[in-house]
Amino acid sequence: MTDTTPQTIKFYQTGTHTVGNRLLDETRRTVQASMDRSNAITSGHRACQGCGEALGARYALDAAMRAAGGQLVAVNATGCLEVFTTPYPETSWQLPWLHSLFGNAPAVATGVAAAFRVKGRKDVRVVAQGGDGGTTDIGFGCLSGMFERNDDVLYICYDNEAYMNTGVQRSSATPPAARTATTQAIGPAPGNVFGTGKNMPLIAMAHNIPYVATATVADLHDLEFKVTKAMSLSGARYIHIMVPCPLGWGTASDATINVARLAVESGLFPLFEAEHGEITNVRKIRTQVKVEAYLKLQRRFAHLFSKDAIDVDTIDAIQRMADHNIRRFGLLGDGERT
Amino acid sequence: MLKQMEGSEAVARAVALCRPEVVCAYPITPQTHIVEGVGALVKNGTLANCEFINVESEFAALSVAIGASAAGARSYTATASQGLLFMAEAVYNAAGLGLPIVMTIGNRAIGAPINIWNDHSDSMSMRDAGWIQLYAETNQEAVDLHIQAFRLAEELSCPVMVCMDGFILTHAYERLDIPTQEEVDAFLPPFEPVQMLDPDDPYSIGAMVGPEAFTEVRYLANDTQLQALKLIPEIGGVFKEVFGRESGGLIHQYKTDDAETIVVALGSVNGTIKEVIDDMREHGVAIGSVSICSFRPFPLDELRNALAGAKRIVVIEKSMAPGLGGIVAPNVRMSLRDTALPVYTVIAGLGGRSITKSSLQEVFEAAGVDRLPNLQFLDLDHAAVEHEIVRARTTRRSGPTAEHILRQKAGGGKK
Repeated sequence: MTDTTPQTIKFYQTGTHTVGNRLLDETRRTVQASMDRSNAITSGHRACQGCGEALGARYALDAAMRAAGGQLVAVNATGCLEVFTTPYPETSWQLPWLHSLFGNAPAVATGVAAAFRVKGRKDVRVVAQGGDGGTTDIGFGCLSGMFERNDDVLYICYDNEAYMNTGVQRSSATPPAARTATTQAIGPAPGNVFGTGKNMPLIAMAHNIPYVATATVADLHDLEFKVTKAMSLSGARYIHIMVPCPLGWGTASDATINVARLAVESGLFPLFEAEHGEITNVRKIRTQVKVEAYLKLQRRFAHLFSKDAIDVDTIDAIQRMADHNIRRFGLLGDGERT
Repeated sequence: MLKQMEGSEAVARAVALCRPEVVCAYPITPQTHIVEGVGALVKNGTLANCEFINVESEFAALSVAIGASAAGARSYTATASQGLLFMAEAVYNAAGLGLPIVMTIGNRAIGAPINIWNDHSDSMSMRDAGWIQLYAETNQEAVDLHIQAFRLAEELSCPVMVCMDGFILTHAYERLDIPTQEEVDAFLPPFEPVQMLDPDDPYSIGAMVGPEAFTEVRYLANDTQLQALKLIPEIGGVFKEVFGRESGGLIHQYKTDDAETIVVALGSVNGTIKEVIDDMREHGVAIGSVSICSFRPFPLDELRNALAGAKRIVVIEKSMAPGLGGIVAPNVRMSLRDTALPVYTVIAGLGGRSITKSSLQEVFEAAGVDRLPNLQFLDLDHAAVEHEIVRARTTRRSGPTAEHILRQKAGGGKK
């Protein structure tokens, strides 16, 4: 049984958030640091340079593979991850992998889990995965059904906040003001409208499922920890991973980690864990930044920072969203959640 | 064992005898009694080693079956009408992935206007999805076809739809022979998948295929159906050996040998057609019928052999292709493409309208003297539709057609 308590680490260095593996007990080092990692997604796939989803999926699945002792099946929704890993006749997947449709990955995973259960193969575990469109929009009904039945599936959403595979169209995970191909940066209210969208982790929690967590590719230790913890439980589990998309967000391909970190440090993307509908753990902001620092790096928000006039009102409105998260989840210092 | 029971219950028992490992259920009339029946058999322990899963939609029902089948479990579900349309994307997907799922269709009309009664619009809409489609003439055949369907599906790794008329069969009580477990076990070997999700031998299933290979993959889908053309009669033959009765096959012929007029139809209406044929034969009319059991694959050669000696063909079908006419009739015509035989299309029984013996006899008599139009709607209220056509032409905001027709039929036709 894997010990899932986080280890307190004393930093030998300052000025860095990177925890070197050599500072950890061997048992706690990352899956990726091990020569024995499964390489669930091998190199040679067709993801863009700097793809957050490819990184997140590799860490998530290798961690899940280790937790399952290699007895893992992955079900994939249609999307970037599916397309860039299986250019016919090649495949990057080193584990049994099934792609059916865009909107049915949770239900397909239910079927896979049922088949192994009925065959007495309790050792085989099932992961389903999809992007934000496949999760929060078209696959939402099937996902809610899988949650409600508490089927033994870990569902991982790789959230890059739009339909990237089809050319960056708005999804219900697209943030306000963001430019996409269907929320153009034109007119009096450029970009995506305020007051829309859904918060999938909170919706998942409302199903009272055993485990819900959020993570980003900026903290891969945390990501592996949460996947490992999810795999130690049974029933329906949900992990929502923010995976920046250089193409869709208009960020430099070497900025993926930094952008994801700023999403967390600004309060826009709270990191937390919840069990049976109750939040059990919140990752505090280490060094708070204003949302501007996060937004400025992304061309999808470039219209907020035009040379003629910075759109202070819109930036303030986004800051208020971050502040609301900070209060709601108690992201700062010892502050209590409200 | 002969027993008086409802068609749906009989099918539920037949399915259970096939030892499905995963059954997904979502209610829709008139199929619901079937999955209720299977669920009860799982819950009372009659059907052991089966996961019965209540899902949130038909799309999920077939998707769960897809996952279960890909993981090597014998999988079953049932649906009808709007439910089949709601799962349409998964219907094509299951066939494309080559997953031998068996699904019952309790045939029902498609809305709008919403209608819960029987016709073949639902399964006909999925005729080209790559599934094998078998149509049961009687409840006994529905029972037997399900047992054959699992064997057929698994031998070919191709999904099979067993279509039975909603209400007319699903809700009809009659005396049926339900086989024993030993008989079914002797006929149906355990499921040996040709592909499966196995951590010890990992495959990627459902990868993207581009223009360089897509045509070849689709060609093979057609080839699978052609193999089924050979396998369906073979399996029917083995079935007869084990169970002692004929069921299934590609087509059933009735008094066709010397027939000048041959009626072609699918499903339960063949019972009424045969009665009319018997009556007309007593008056010396040379008439017979062919019931198509396998609509996909479509038995072109067998039909041609059965029909080519006639002088005319009358297709009675419970489906239509707006803008063309029938759906079954053009398929039948295809089998007769090297003949000059007239093929009359008669659309009948839409949305559950009764197909009466007298109406059929009228049509067959008109056909006998070649006075049938190419396309006819059986028992159509011509006055009502003419009235509505005129009203819609003369009033811009003419309102909803369905409601106006209803009002007319109720005798309160508002001018």
